Amino acid sequence: MDSKVMRDVLIGKIHEKMLTDDNIFFLSADFGSPALDKLRAECGKRFINVGIAEQNLVNIATGLALEGYTVYAYAIAPFLTMRAYEQIRNISLLSQIKEININLIGVGIGLSYDVTGPTHHCLEDICIMRVLPNVVVFSPSDYVVTEKFVDYSLNVRVPKYIRLDGKAQPRIYHDAQKISIEQGFVELKVGNKAVIVSTGYMTHKALEVAKTLENDGIITGVVDIFMLKPVDDVLLYEALRKYSHIYTMEEGFINKGGLDSIVTNILNNLTQMKLTKFGFGDRYVFEVGNRDHLHRINGLDEENIVKIIKKDVMKGNL
Amino acid sequence: MIEKENKKKFIEFLKNKATWVRRETLKIHKIAPGIRLASALSCVEILTVLYYGKVLNYNPKEIYSEERDRFIISKAHGSVSFYPILADLGFFDKKELGMVGKAGSILGDIPDCSIPGYETVNGSLGHGLGVACGIALALKKKNRKEKVFALSGDGELHEGSVWEAIMFAAHHNLNNLVLIIDNNKICMLDYCANILNLEPIDAKFKVFKWQPKIVDGHNVEELYGVLSSLKADNSECPKVVIANTIKGKGVPRLETDSLCHIKALNTEEIDKLLSEMV
Repeated sequence: MDSKVMRDVLIGKIHEKMLTDDNIFFLSADFGSPALDKLRAECGKRFINVGIAEQNLVNIATGLALEGYTVYAYAIAPFLTMRAYEQIRNISLLSQIKEININLIGVGIGLSYDVTGPTHHCLEDICIMRVLPNVVVFSPSDYVVTEKFVDYSLNVRVPKYIRLDGKAQPRIYHDAQKISIEQGFVELKVGNKAVIVSTGYMTHKALEVAKTLENDGIITGVVDIFMLKPVDDVLLYEALRKYSHIYTMEEGFINKGGLDSIVTNILNNLTQMKLTKFGFGDRYVFEVGNRDHLHRINGLDEENIVKIIKKDVMKGNL
Repeated sequence: MIEKENKKKFIEFLKNKATWVRRETLKIHKIAPGIRLASALSCVEILTVLYYGKVLNYNPKEIYSEERDRFIISKAHGSVSFYPILADLGFFDKKELGMVGKAGSILGDIPDCSIPGYETVNGSLGHGLGVACGIALALKKKNRKEKVFALSGDGELHEGSVWEAIMFAAHHNLNNLVLIIDNNKICMLDYCANILNLEPIDAKFKVFKWQPKIVDGHNVEELYGVLSSLKADNSECPKVVIANTIKGKGVPRLETDSLCHIKALNTEEIDKLLSEMV
């Protein structure tokens, strides 16, 4: 089986880009990989090990990015996303005002570091990173889609979080050309009534489940979502509407904003019961004014809510 | 003789500007009671010398030009006194000063990165120096001669992330970086010495391989001398200026109150201060 460690493939490709593009920095919080040994030997000054200091890793990356550099910041996933969460939140805020291209690479998502225990497990990252406005969340299932992401990471100049498995995983995609990073998902297998929606490592498990079920005559679909944010709701809905039951599989907490909530968000289109949500959209509040004013411009004021409910009554929806 | 006379005039000019900035800050407080007044008053002379003293290169017509010196205000919540300076120098319309905190204004009670002249997000403490280090590193990579100045409060040194950046700056020999500490000695609830003692700050920086200088943070002549000489200093290692200041400077009731960070003045008090402060 053709298996590769995603981080080595990703770093190898970034290394290749760094040889011809002088505007790329690679920072690490004292975390390595065989591919990184080559990169730091050849790109000396543009590789910086900041030490075991994830907060500073992200702040240094912010300073470099403000000066126009493309930055990759590399650390163990739970420590990158949770130790430095406020620093990442600052990037999220700043990127709404200024262009900054920071690519946070977290390795060891889910239970990659199985026997090292809960400090090294990372079940929170999908939920907490998806919360942040303006941040792209990429969750690849194999090295082919991972490698494909490098061009996107250079061209789309916004903050990104790349969550990588710690171990070598078999190849799923055979033709990189056919993958659209922007579309964000691929229906790997078409099913009859049931479909599994999965991300990262769990897509391998989903394919196994579908194979076992197929032996018993149950044809189950598998959809691999590698772009957890932004998600094209319309396209995803179109892909899932033919199914009568959706199963989600993720190596992370559920009911808190993870992969499962991407799917529940589009279920509104599939049920008789309607749900309208009032709250904040995916952006920060930079406008100035009192609380009522800020509610008003975000549609949270009583007047707007009354208006919308009345409109639904008029349309006979209630 | 002429030079001496000119210098005297220049120092007088800076003193007058500092008084004007202090008055404008009080006027802002009148319409925006939620600003951190005491913290904004302790750094008035520092900001005045950097901008009106032209220690920093800036261009309000091309705010984010490559040729500007970078100024990172890490104690952003305590920098509302920067608003009148930015408006006066043309970074944004002076009318904005009368709108602080009002619907539609660009200026809130705590400054943010959307305000022209601010470089980055600093509403939360402990981030400015690390970002300044990244910028300083970038300028070195580009072989640019511009400098990076960062302003932080002394209480902010309680944040661990600051010390990560302090180590980084020395290790990478960021000699284009100057940190100014507005050493007003008070956090939100008490004197730093009673909460978590920071002294001796200069010795700590020295051990961390920085070059420390202590100045009177309300003496514009002394501040100008030190800041302009550090601007021109390309010797090895990052520099830190410990500017001893008084929190709430100019408002007697605040100057003697360990809780001044969260105190607001009423309109009558502000009017009385404005009539006395010329």
